[in-house]
Amino acid sequence: MTGMPLLSLAIWIPILGGLLVLATGSDRNAPLARSLALAVSVVGFAVTLPLYALFDTGSSAMQFVEYAPWIPRFNVNYHLGVDGISVLFVLLNSFITVMVVIAGWQVIQDKVAQYMAAFLIMSGLMNGIFSALDGVLFYVFFEASLIPLYLIIGIWGGPNRVYAAFKFFLYTLVGSLLMLVAILYLFMEAGGSFSILQWHQVPLGMTAQSLIFWAFLIAFAVKVPMWPVHTWLPDAHVEAPTGGSVVLAAIALKLGAYGFIRFSMPIVPDAAAAFAPMMIALSLIAVVYIGFVALVQTDMKKLIAYSSIAHMGFVTLGFFMFNALGVEGALVQMISHGFVSGAMFLCVGVLYDRMHSRNIADYGGVVKTMPKFAAFFMLFAMANAGLPGTSGFVGEFMVILAAVDFNFWIAAIAATTLILGAAYTLWMYKRVVFGKVANEHVAQLEDIGAREFAVLGFLALCVLAMGVWPYPFTEVMHASVNELLRHVAVSKL
Amino acid sequence: MTDMQKLYLLVPLAPLAGSIIAGLFGKAIGRTGAHVVTILGVLIAFVASVVIYQDVQAGNVFDGPVYTWMQSGNLSFEIGFLIDPLTVMMMLVVTFVSLMVHIYTIGYMHDDPGYQRFFSYISLFTFSMLMLVMSNNFLQLFFGWEAVGLVSYLLIGFWYERPTAIYANLKAFLVNRVGDLGFLLGIGLIAAYAGSLNYAEVFAQAEHLATLQMGETGWALITAICICLFIGAMGKSAQVPLHVWLPDSMEGPTPISALIHAATMVTAGIFMVARMSPLFELSDVALSFVLVIGATTALFMGFLGIVQNDIKRVVAYSTLSQLGYMTVALGVSAYSGAVFHLMTHAFFKALLFLAAGSVIIGMHHDQDMRNMGGLWKYMPITWFTSLLGSLALIGFPFFSGFYSKDSIIEAVHAATIPGAGYALFCVTLGVFVTAFYSFRMYFMVFHGQERFGKNHHDHHGDHDDEEPSSDHHHGLAPGQKPHETPWVVTAPLVLLAIPSVLIGYFTIDSMLFGGWFGNAIHVAANHVGLSQLEANFHGPAAMALHGLQTAPFWLALAGVALAWFFYIKRPDIPAAIQRRFQAVHTVLENKYYFDRFNEIVFAGGARLLGDGLWKVGDRALIDGAAVNGTARVIGWVAQITRLVQTGHLYQYAFAMIIGVFVLLTFWFNLG
Repeated sequence: MTGMPLLSLAIWIPILGGLLVLATGSDRNAPLARSLALAVSVVGFAVTLPLYALFDTGSSAMQFVEYAPWIPRFNVNYHLGVDGISVLFVLLNSFITVMVVIAGWQVIQDKVAQYMAAFLIMSGLMNGIFSALDGVLFYVFFEASLIPLYLIIGIWGGPNRVYAAFKFFLYTLVGSLLMLVAILYLFMEAGGSFSILQWHQVPLGMTAQSLIFWAFLIAFAVKVPMWPVHTWLPDAHVEAPTGGSVVLAAIALKLGAYGFIRFSMPIVPDAAAAFAPMMIALSLIAVVYIGFVALVQTDMKKLIAYSSIAHMGFVTLGFFMFNALGVEGALVQMISHGFVSGAMFLCVGVLYDRMHSRNIADYGGVVKTMPKFAAFFMLFAMANAGLPGTSGFVGEFMVILAAVDFNFWIAAIAATTLILGAAYTLWMYKRVVFGKVANEHVAQLEDIGAREFAVLGFLALCVLAMGVWPYPFTEVMHASVNELLRHVAVSKL
Repeated sequence: MTDMQKLYLLVPLAPLAGSIIAGLFGKAIGRTGAHVVTILGVLIAFVASVVIYQDVQAGNVFDGPVYTWMQSGNLSFEIGFLIDPLTVMMMLVVTFVSLMVHIYTIGYMHDDPGYQRFFSYISLFTFSMLMLVMSNNFLQLFFGWEAVGLVSYLLIGFWYERPTAIYANLKAFLVNRVGDLGFLLGIGLIAAYAGSLNYAEVFAQAEHLATLQMGETGWALITAICICLFIGAMGKSAQVPLHVWLPDSMEGPTPISALIHAATMVTAGIFMVARMSPLFELSDVALSFVLVIGATTALFMGFLGIVQNDIKRVVAYSTLSQLGYMTVALGVSAYSGAVFHLMTHAFFKALLFLAAGSVIIGMHHDQDMRNMGGLWKYMPITWFTSLLGSLALIGFPFFSGFYSKDSIIEAVHAATIPGAGYALFCVTLGVFVTAFYSFRMYFMVFHGQERFGKNHHDHHGDHDDEEPSSDHHHGLAPGQKPHETPWVVTAPLVLLAIPSVLIGYFTIDSMLFGGWFGNAIHVAANHVGLSQLEANFHGPAAMALHGLQTAPFWLALAGVALAWFFYIKRPDIPAAIQRRFQAVHTVLENKYYFDRFNEIVFAGGARLLGDGLWKVGDRALIDGAAVNGTARVIGWVAQITRLVQTGHLYQYAFAMIIGVFVLLTFWFNLG
């Protein structure tokens, strides 16, 4: 098993499988396209399981490394590998893809093959991002992953989808062009190497570090998204189909944060340290400012989108305090957010499929007609509010503890999420689910069916398992995070 | 794992299993199945607790991990149990009261469509509360802390169609979260400075922590820790100003008002501070803070009980006031007194709540005391047990409440810590207030003129749609008489009345003076605590006889007499007083305007701020000016550059050559 190119399989099975699904053609073959897509996604997830099972938690080195020349002339290589920081994201991504395929089973009736293919291809590309160790390879995957998401929003999205898709595309593209400049600069500084691991070792002056930091910052901050470059996200979520929102929240937002920890922090440690106060300030703004903004949203998807931004604020806060508890807390928060926000968007999708409205005011008393759904939604809402026993608690708890150690007042500001997160999540829940049955549409709602039950049930199990026993998740991170922090502590000047 | 350790695990897991079965398979197992399985779970927990109690009596204390929850940085997070006298006392109280409430619920929720769900919730609560009290570390404490809050939220909003219920549960959760913010920061400070979340490891460093300062602020670290932790207790145990959620929590069904909002969950804060006594003992500032907050709650919340007409709300304000007494005891280092009062209070207050529930059933879900009167004839068991409960509450000698409350007052008397004078005033006057509102309720409900059967609906419009799908009439129809409730309701009343009367007499010696708590509670040498009381203690009978000659006894008697005079002898007087002192009455009626203030300033302010940030920050500035502005600028530049697109090939070629030249220059210079 160890001899298998697992990472390549994780990347190319979904991509090639996606092309195969695409080949089924028109909607006459939709049942075939669906079954095939499910098979591909399940196999794609299955091949990532050995990555965890065979992972050596004692080592901070890259594992499952694959290396082959790609464009020898420019020393571009097909170089893959995962460490304790990235391995879990490959698994998360492949898992969420299965969920998304099942969730779109019945809802999508138009261009089914293309829809499924887009998600599968995107899944492969995302795995590529998390395992690429070559700068060009990373960039190619990073940019390519924009296209399927752009198409998903633009084709299967809501009425305002074209505006949202463009805003999303341009916002993120502008960011990543600056990253390209930084990548080319690093290529030259490293003596003609695109190896990210070599870049970690390249000595750089403070000016160069600052410029590179900013180039990466703009690219990654847009993706996270950090305040104030976050406004594309609510629009994109509102217009995206449910599956698109799930992948966007669960995986795409993690790319920016991953970029910080794979590029910014180890490559330009001095600049990262110098700008850390700014990063922390922006993170706190994300938690508090966005928390208040989320409170007044009238559209469920917008509310959850804003809540995502606030939760990602904890991720960037955890990173830039440069201590193990904070960084691991941030990574845990990223994974948990994948489950929780994915599930929250699926819950809204369940309602939207039936009522064709995301407006909170159109609901009320849903629990009366959909008790099973209400129970799941309650669990995920509580996880979103960071209740202990759910995954949502673990990361926030770790980051807040780390923050108290770092600076009490920063922790105090960050901890307001305890109140704000509960306020916006549960207030929405109250208005949608509790109360008297609001209107006859709600009165006619049907509770979730077997397929929806399965998807929400799987996610519920993940949320609870991670809340009750996060040990297996943090266990794989220790060596790599400690190595990262040791590396970052050494000045490159 | 030893047999005892398996038993420890069984205590929380049995109710959890019951809860899961009743919750997930409620439909399959039916109503009977749901209550059988949950009652069985709690019964197992209770019996196991008794066995563990005997083991602890024999001197066996346990402190060890169950599993490692997570490791990160240099912190190890574990789930584990600390089984010592303090824990085992809480386990007994929680499982016993919970068992009574489970049985009672069979009768109380008989017609409710959410029967299985209700049993699932209260068993889940029992599990959470047991996890909280059995914890040996701050992580699990926080887990239990939040989990009981969750169940409280679910149960207050149990009748989710009632607007008042779902308002109250959200309010309860959020106010508790304010407390939890402090609590979490306190835990964070402990983790940061002690490097551990394990009680024993932290307490071992307590002396060292007391020498440290917090960051650059120059504040004493230990004071900051204790005040942060206590803010958590203020939320959970409803101390002023975080008390506002508890009266509203009465929107929940009565059994949970007894279990959660009187006997167990709300005492979690008291338990927590008692558990943290090795830390609190090192900060007089924190203790004074605790004392003043507790004293204020004890007296001023008692006043509010006087003007309530809803039977459950009277008991709720009485709970607030009694929690204040416990907090006062903590403030004067009489931790065992606080825990002792916690225990006696759990029994008599659960009794009073369940009796109130029994009255509510008898009255066909009318809660307004103005529609009651003379019920003693129709509901003899409820009447008599209520009388016993009320006597215990007002601290009548020989009743359990007497021993615990009198000990607290004596401890305050002996205390020298700043704020003790104010506290003494509050707790002494509080005795009179307690007696007055308790017997006001007692007389209004059980004696005097029979006022039922008139179908008042105007005073409690909020409750009209209670239990929407059952066919209850609300209030008694003209000519209808109240009736005694079935045995599943009255049996728990009787079983709770026994300890309400007796438990103080039989346990005060060992709990307060016998060193029964051992190392679980720590009192520093410079604090008086209960030592002075101990010196004057000559057995429970002598204490009760001596109590007959002290001021609190006469104050209580005066309160009862006044209540009798006002509500039996001359029922016209209260209205006259109300007219005479309209301003005072209005302030009390509006609960000192706490709710109004919070509604306008915090709830309204947050929405206003959110709206402002969204509309001005996100939409106008970021999207409007920056994003769309950029788009406009680009459009404008494009307008100009469009002029360059002449369509002449030679111009394009020329531009290309210049471009290549520039790029090459740039490339070579960099290379």
